[in-house]
Amino acid sequence: MPALFKIALRAIMRNKLRSSLTILGIVIGVGAVIVMVSIGQGAKFFVEKQLESLGTNVLIIIPISTTHTATRGTTGTITLTVEDAIAIVKECSAVSHVSPGVRTTTQVVYGNMNWTTSVSGAGPDYQIIRNWPLESGRFITQQDVNIMAKVCVLGQTVVTNLFGTLDPVDKWVRVKNVPFKVIGVLITKGESPTGQDQDDVVLMPYTTVQRKIMGVTYIGIVLASSISAEARFEAIDQITSLLRQRHRLRPHEENDFTVISQVEFASTVIETSRTMTILLGSIASVSLFVGGIGIMNIMLVSTTERTREIGIRMAVGAREKDILFQFLTEATVLSSIGGVVGVIFGIAVSKLVSYSGGWPSLLSLPSIVVAFLFSNMVGIFFGYYPARKASRLNPIEALRYE
Amino acid sequence: MQDIIILEEVYKIYTMGEVEVAALNGVSLTIRKGEFVAIMGASGSGKSTLMNILGCLDSPTKGRYCLEGLEVSRFSKNELAEIRNKKLGFVFQSFNLLSRTTVVENIELPLIYSKRISKREVDNIYQIMQTLGLGGFQTHYPNQLSGGQQQRVAIARAIINNPALLLADEPTGNLDSATSADVMNVLCDLNHKIGITIVLVTHETDIARYARRVIVLKDGKVLSDTPSTIPLSQISCETTP
Repeated sequence: MPALFKIALRAIMRNKLRSSLTILGIVIGVGAVIVMVSIGQGAKFFVEKQLESLGTNVLIIIPISTTHTATRGTTGTITLTVEDAIAIVKECSAVSHVSPGVRTTTQVVYGNMNWTTSVSGAGPDYQIIRNWPLESGRFITQQDVNIMAKVCVLGQTVVTNLFGTLDPVDKWVRVKNVPFKVIGVLITKGESPTGQDQDDVVLMPYTTVQRKIMGVTYIGIVLASSISAEARFEAIDQITSLLRQRHRLRPHEENDFTVISQVEFASTVIETSRTMTILLGSIASVSLFVGGIGIMNIMLVSTTERTREIGIRMAVGAREKDILFQFLTEATVLSSIGGVVGVIFGIAVSKLVSYSGGWPSLLSLPSIVVAFLFSNMVGIFFGYYPARKASRLNPIEALRYE
Repeated sequence: MQDIIILEEVYKIYTMGEVEVAALNGVSLTIRKGEFVAIMGASGSGKSTLMNILGCLDSPTKGRYCLEGLEVSRFSKNELAEIRNKKLGFVFQSFNLLSRTTVVENIELPLIYSKRISKREVDNIYQIMQTLGLGGFQTHYPNQLSGGQQQRVAIARAIINNPALLLADEPTGNLDSATSADVMNVLCDLNHKIGITIVLVTHETDIARYARRVIVLKDGKVLSDTPSTIPLSQISCETTP
């Protein structure tokens, strides 16, 4: 074996340019697989982390039916009320907190700065449900909700755009010409799994948003949390039957609301990113395949050029097997060198991509090992045919070859 | 003396389309251990075919070939490869050395395939190189050597595994007359001193004179089988130090 290895290395060194170009094909293939998979894995990891930040037990109740959309005669009535929200937390044993909400997009002004953002109504439990601590100040209390206090809590993006480096707590901002006192600032939450900036938000008591800003009585959303992540299905069932009862829906009528679990929503996103990983990985594999064809091509040329050498080796006693292994070793050494360099190249590019492009990338050991082993297999697979062809040569004709 | 080669009614028939051509048309001969035989004949006489069969590079279509008591005409490809490795040594007209491979590595080539590279074998290589006047050329490449030196390297490679039979196919065909004599002296030295059996194919009468027996082929048959008229080998070998 070491003798074969030496012969292979020598043959590779003999034609440095040709060997390096062949190796380059494998380097690109292996590198591409590693980069693509690490980006895909990174995206998945990113989403999973986001999911944790959302809270695994968060439920969202919205007043729309997802099973049925158009052609309903009785539209226009907004079905979800504050009373519904209160009933949910009182009567559903699997639900621990609720926060009624209503949302609008409007301009917020501080001094000569203005910023168009999402103004969301929230209850005192919002912070617990979203698991979103404050950076400074205090959160909305039940008292604020009861008296429709003109107070607000700002997300980091709003703080940056209105206040710069100033401390916004106890400052006054204006929304639709009504002054609101900033009572707190939320910590940075980052992007949601769908890529929205969760920090671009102004929170106010939901009663305040209803009356002082929008002039409505309905609520657009209820955030709820189940007592545990496992209890979320039970919570969904309880909420559904309670709301059906409260909305007096007959058995044949469809729900006029929808209960969404964040977990199910996020797992769709995770599924999407997994599909993306597989897709990117397969595209990258094609380049590895092309690299393999490069090896086959060069090995075919090499065996033809070295017909005489094969004849000499056979004359001094090389068996078919010896010639086969010699060329197979050569192809495998080529692809292995390509594999090692490709792994290094792939790691470097993944780091570079995640560093410069802001793409998350996650290098996983299995993907590196698989890519490397796969490069070896490519060498054996594509090296086999030329090696076999060489080993089947007739020694007399091979010796006569010019 | 022991019979090293026995050929009995050996035929080699090539089919070219519809026509069958017999390159060997019933050759029978016996060569004993330690003989130095020259095979002569015009081109197309079948001497190359005979050489390929003797060298186990090809199998006869019909007939029996026994080498050192083994009926190699029935051997498989792999078994023939092993016979070539252990019992035969080749010297070719065009040297057939591996280029870009050092002299030592060329000589040790048969050892790689018999998996016998040990300290003892390496010493043996150096000893053989000394004997053949190749001392000091270990790390040279074939293209740095003269034709005569290259053929000596080929001879060294041929005898490294102590073969029973050395086959030389026009070994002087690419050499000038002075170098030819030099190479032939090396061959008959080996025959004389080590007792190695040599079969030489040539079309030059001068070269055939070094052998002690000359077999002439014509149309795939043995035309004559005679002792060399002037046994040049005797004279030259004894005068070589």
